[in-house]
Amino acid sequence: MLSYLIRRIVNAVITLLVVTMVTFGIFFAVPTITGSDPALLYIGKTADQASLDGIRTKLGLDDPIPVQYGKFIKGLVAGRDYASGNDVTHCDAPCLGYSFKTEQEVTPLLLSDIPVTLSLALGAAVLWVLIGVATGVLSALRRGSFLDRAAMTGALAGVSLPIYFTGQLALLIFIHWLGWLPDTAYTPFLENPASWFTGLILPWVTLAFLFAATYARLTRANMLETLNEDYIRTARSKGLTERTVIGKHGLRAVLTPLVTIFGLDFGTLLAGAILTEQVFNLRGLGYQALTAIRQNDLPVILGVTLLAAIFIVVINLIVDLLYSVIDPRVRLG
Amino acid sequence: MSSTTTGTRPFLEVKDLTVRFETDDGIVQAVSNSSFAVERGKTLGIVGESGSGKSVTSLAVLGLHRTRSNAKVAGEIWLDDQELVTATDEDVRKLRGGKMAMIFQDPLSAMHPYYTVGAQIVEGYRVHHKGVSKKEARTRTIDMLARVGIPQPEKRFNEYGHQFSGGMRQRAMIAMALVNDPQLLIADEPTTALDVTVQAQILDLIRDLQDEFGSAVIMITHDLGVVAELADDVLVMYGGKIIERGPAADVFHEPQHPYTWGLLGSMPRLDRDVRDRLTPVKGTPPSLINLPDGCAFHPRCPYAGRNGNRSFTEVPELRGGVHAVACHLPAEEKRRIFHEEVAPNL
Repeated sequence: MLSYLIRRIVNAVITLLVVTMVTFGIFFAVPTITGSDPALLYIGKTADQASLDGIRTKLGLDDPIPVQYGKFIKGLVAGRDYASGNDVTHCDAPCLGYSFKTEQEVTPLLLSDIPVTLSLALGAAVLWVLIGVATGVLSALRRGSFLDRAAMTGALAGVSLPIYFTGQLALLIFIHWLGWLPDTAYTPFLENPASWFTGLILPWVTLAFLFAATYARLTRANMLETLNEDYIRTARSKGLTERTVIGKHGLRAVLTPLVTIFGLDFGTLLAGAILTEQVFNLRGLGYQALTAIRQNDLPVILGVTLLAAIFIVVINLIVDLLYSVIDPRVRLG
Repeated sequence: MSSTTTGTRPFLEVKDLTVRFETDDGIVQAVSNSSFAVERGKTLGIVGESGSGKSVTSLAVLGLHRTRSNAKVAGEIWLDDQELVTATDEDVRKLRGGKMAMIFQDPLSAMHPYYTVGAQIVEGYRVHHKGVSKKEARTRTIDMLARVGIPQPEKRFNEYGHQFSGGMRQRAMIAMALVNDPQLLIADEPTTALDVTVQAQILDLIRDLQDEFGSAVIMITHDLGVVAELADDVLVMYGGKIIERGPAADVFHEPQHPYTWGLLGSMPRLDRDVRDRLTPVKGTPPSLINLPDGCAFHPRCPYAGRNGNRSFTEVPELRGGVHAVACHLPAEEKRRIFHEEVAPNL
């Protein structure tokens, strides 16, 4: 178990290193090779040669690319100094550099976005798991009924409609026409839980609609398959009530494979729900990523990518560990 | 609707049982008009090929077709003077696992992969013994595991089905079925998935437990050896119908249906010369959606022409006293064929 854990963590670190290498390569090295100049991106096209040179020295852009990468990694692990003559700026570990546009440090910038994205992802996840699994189970039990057809049609709509459509529609109906909710906005939970809730409920529901659809279809299919299993017949032959047979024996088998999918979905979402944040004007990681891409803000793009990779790698590790707990047939090692 | 014949009715009596499934391809006539009875302490063997209706019959006794919306069960099933076909779902549920229990064919797939063997037995015990503590149920379960011959039952209690060997797994399934002292035990091909050496142990175990508890046992199998070993009475099923029924000794020594002859002929035997080929029943089992007209066995029956055209047009009735058979061949003709043509090759 312990050796498995160590091996997995080493693997995770290697994966992350590869991710940094590739992203660093794409965002910093490629412009250099193709002749577009990161220093120009930083300072703007009107800069004179002297200030461009200064920036190059300060950001280390004249160094060979492997050296630049080495400095970047050193910054991540131990922090680094940006020096241009006597002008020295220290950046604490984990240092992701400075935004080309706002000159803010990237790390705190991203950290301040995490609560927004986390709130969005968590709330939506709770909703979609509850709604998706409940709908799927009911549909499976009443296969072919009106409820089943309605739920599966709804699920098909959920899977096929893009978030910028359902999101805009929700905004239009619930905020502009009915006026039931205030404009969507992020209020820190500790500041005002009620505003946190009302400001996020619409994005949660919209996002949950998209994901619940997938989960409802998966749950329904899994449940239908599980109900044909021999061990369900055994459970019935013992005289267990239908509630126990389905709610315990059935659901247990249905939920286990969902854990894997949930881990992937949730990890991806933590890396930023770009469209949702855009539609609902929430300033989370997705919003940050989009802004950075628009502005060619390389250090921020690199930071967001790395953070996303960390989320996915860590959540996958958690899922794999969890899986060995919930499925006794899985042995770690 | 208590019966006026209370006391004279056999412990389990099945009358005119018919089970049909409505499928997209048509109506599957899985069991037609089957009647039989089992007394306490006795064993009934049900023999037949796959799809002959033996498992469907036993699942009907347990009321396990009730959760399939496309299944239609008709006829009467009397267990200890209680009618089960017309009983409520809840009444049947209370009997299931309590008064009547079942052992399934493939113990690996019949056990839940995510619950320990112990937990699955405890659950079955507690649903029929309300108010029993988890600790008492655990003690009872460990006793049962020990009783069916599982070594180190305290340790195995906490293991999962996949950690058991095939034989141990089937023993655990038997413990699960017997935990509430059922008076009717249905074993659906309990040894099919097991090694030959383990098969004998499991059959011995079932027989010993039956002696101990005095339960009625229905043993479903396609293995005539198993029936010869354990059964008091035998039903031979073909195409969803009982085609021969009688005391085991009679059916084995004086089988009357050409299909039963075929089954006996296809049994490997050590006392036969290895150069003799087995004589399988030619042809394939009939489709239950589209049963042949007349006698369902006639397309495979080597004697079907010997009685005029009746085999092709009329469904034979199950006739006879203790040893009954559904066949158009006249009794003397059958006796002659068996002794002159069939028996010498068995």
